[in-house]
Amino acid sequence: MNDSAIHTPILRVEGYSKQFDLHEQGKIIPSSYDVNLTVYSGQLTALIGPTGAGKSTVLKGIYRTYLPTSGRLIYHTAAGHDVDLAQADEHRILALRRSEIAYVTQFLHALPRQATEDVVAQPLLLKGMDKTQARHIARDMLAAMNLPERLWGISPATFSGGEKQRVNLARGLVSRPRLLLLDEPTASLDPKTTETVVRLIENLKDEGVAMLAIFHHPELVERMADDVVELQPPVAIEKVLKEIA
Amino acid sequence: MDKILEVENLSKVYGQGCSSCFDLTGPEYDTNICPNCGSVVAAHNVSFDLFKGEILGIMGESGSGKSTAVKCLYFDQEPTSGRGIFYDDDQQYDLFNLNTAQQRKLANHRFGMVYQNPHLGLNFDITAGGNIAERLLMSGVANYTGIRSRAKDLLSRTEVLTERMDEMPRNFSGGMQQRVQIAKALATQPPLLFLDEVTTGLDLSVQAAILDLIMEIQQEMDTAMIVVTHDLGVIRLLAGRTLVMKYGRVIESGLTDQILEDPQQAYTQRLVASAL
Repeated sequence: MNDSAIHTPILRVEGYSKQFDLHEQGKIIPSSYDVNLTVYSGQLTALIGPTGAGKSTVLKGIYRTYLPTSGRLIYHTAAGHDVDLAQADEHRILALRRSEIAYVTQFLHALPRQATEDVVAQPLLLKGMDKTQARHIARDMLAAMNLPERLWGISPATFSGGEKQRVNLARGLVSRPRLLLLDEPTASLDPKTTETVVRLIENLKDEGVAMLAIFHHPELVERMADDVVELQPPVAIEKVLKEIA
Repeated sequence: MDKILEVENLSKVYGQGCSSCFDLTGPEYDTNICPNCGSVVAAHNVSFDLFKGEILGIMGESGSGKSTAVKCLYFDQEPTSGRGIFYDDDQQYDLFNLNTAQQRKLANHRFGMVYQNPHLGLNFDITAGGNIAERLLMSGVANYTGIRSRAKDLLSRTEVLTERMDEMPRNFSGGMQQRVQIAKALATQPPLLFLDEVTTGLDLSVQAAILDLIMEIQQEMDTAMIVVTHDLGVIRLLAGRTLVMKYGRVIESGLTDQILEDPQQAYTQRLVASAL
């Protein structure tokens, strides 16, 4: 058991719901419904639940790739302020993305003409670090991920799923975020690389990084999660409307 | 982060205008032509801010008013109403209340513009190097060798062969003309750059190279930019925040990834769904 005194709440999600209003089809698609959770510094909170329970939608809402429909997402900043990520000014969100909050998805979005080491260095460049230093740190991170050095100078476009995943993780971890959102970070990794990633995540925990994660494998949840939050698929909107009426 | 530009309620009407122009046009009327007087409402109540070093995208189809907004800010056109404040270190300029000389000075020194059509941004009667020299001269640099070497630096930075700097822009390919335009716009190291459909109509490979160049410049010089485009790919690549315009109105704005993954308006949803 971790000593709870040193783990301070970094993020409180209160009553988060997200539904998509598809105007063209005249449909409302509920995705997450009334999610409540807290993420602490130096701890990993795992989101579990069946497909369609809205796990990724929670992460995207926190990162503000999705606009939350309702609820509060209170993030405690490094400067000691509480910011509701659901309402915050876009400039504020962009600044937090640059310096405090990182998001690693299962998918790698990279330019097909950008070298892997530059893909990984990008978050550091955005923070204003010079190119040589950023590349240096990026290479260290790629080495830590066991990505063969011969791949660093070429685009990840032709990489295997597992290689892409490692590039993606390296990019998410390189900027040393305070809050890390992980969406199936080990989904297509072999056992050996998965072990590497597990160790990296444990190191990050020791450094005090707060993590909210979705894992494909239950045994990883078992091993790494300090707290588990189970989500259920939201009931169909027709049902909700009936209940309201 | 500091604000570099603030635009409030910018409106532009072409034609004599009447009291119903704004009331009877816009997305809900499916037109920007006033049914009462026939004036065209190119922009109405466009408001946004821009921070130093930030790239803002303005997205919309032809006729949505997206170019009008930047053309007013670069003083190519005069807005019908609205305010624009440019923050330049400790100076502050009320853009639409400046006299022509003051406006020209800002446009020459502190702003840069790259047009879709290189004929608008370049003087086709003088050489590529001469185009850059012209801008440097307007901004007060007067020594010949200084100008020549600066022009050379800029052209090599934008990957125009410096051996060709004494050639006329008409001899250049479209992509090369855009590079000369970018070099010219950057000549005075402006903190604010306007890019109006700069990759439209170019080959895909040329588009990619131009976009890479723009990203590199943004990172090297920390230039704030407004990127006007109908191309979702350009927006995705360059802009941190995006405004969506239709019939002269901003119908939606937000973080670019949010606009693309969770668009709120029916129009934006349709636009995103029609991406290739």
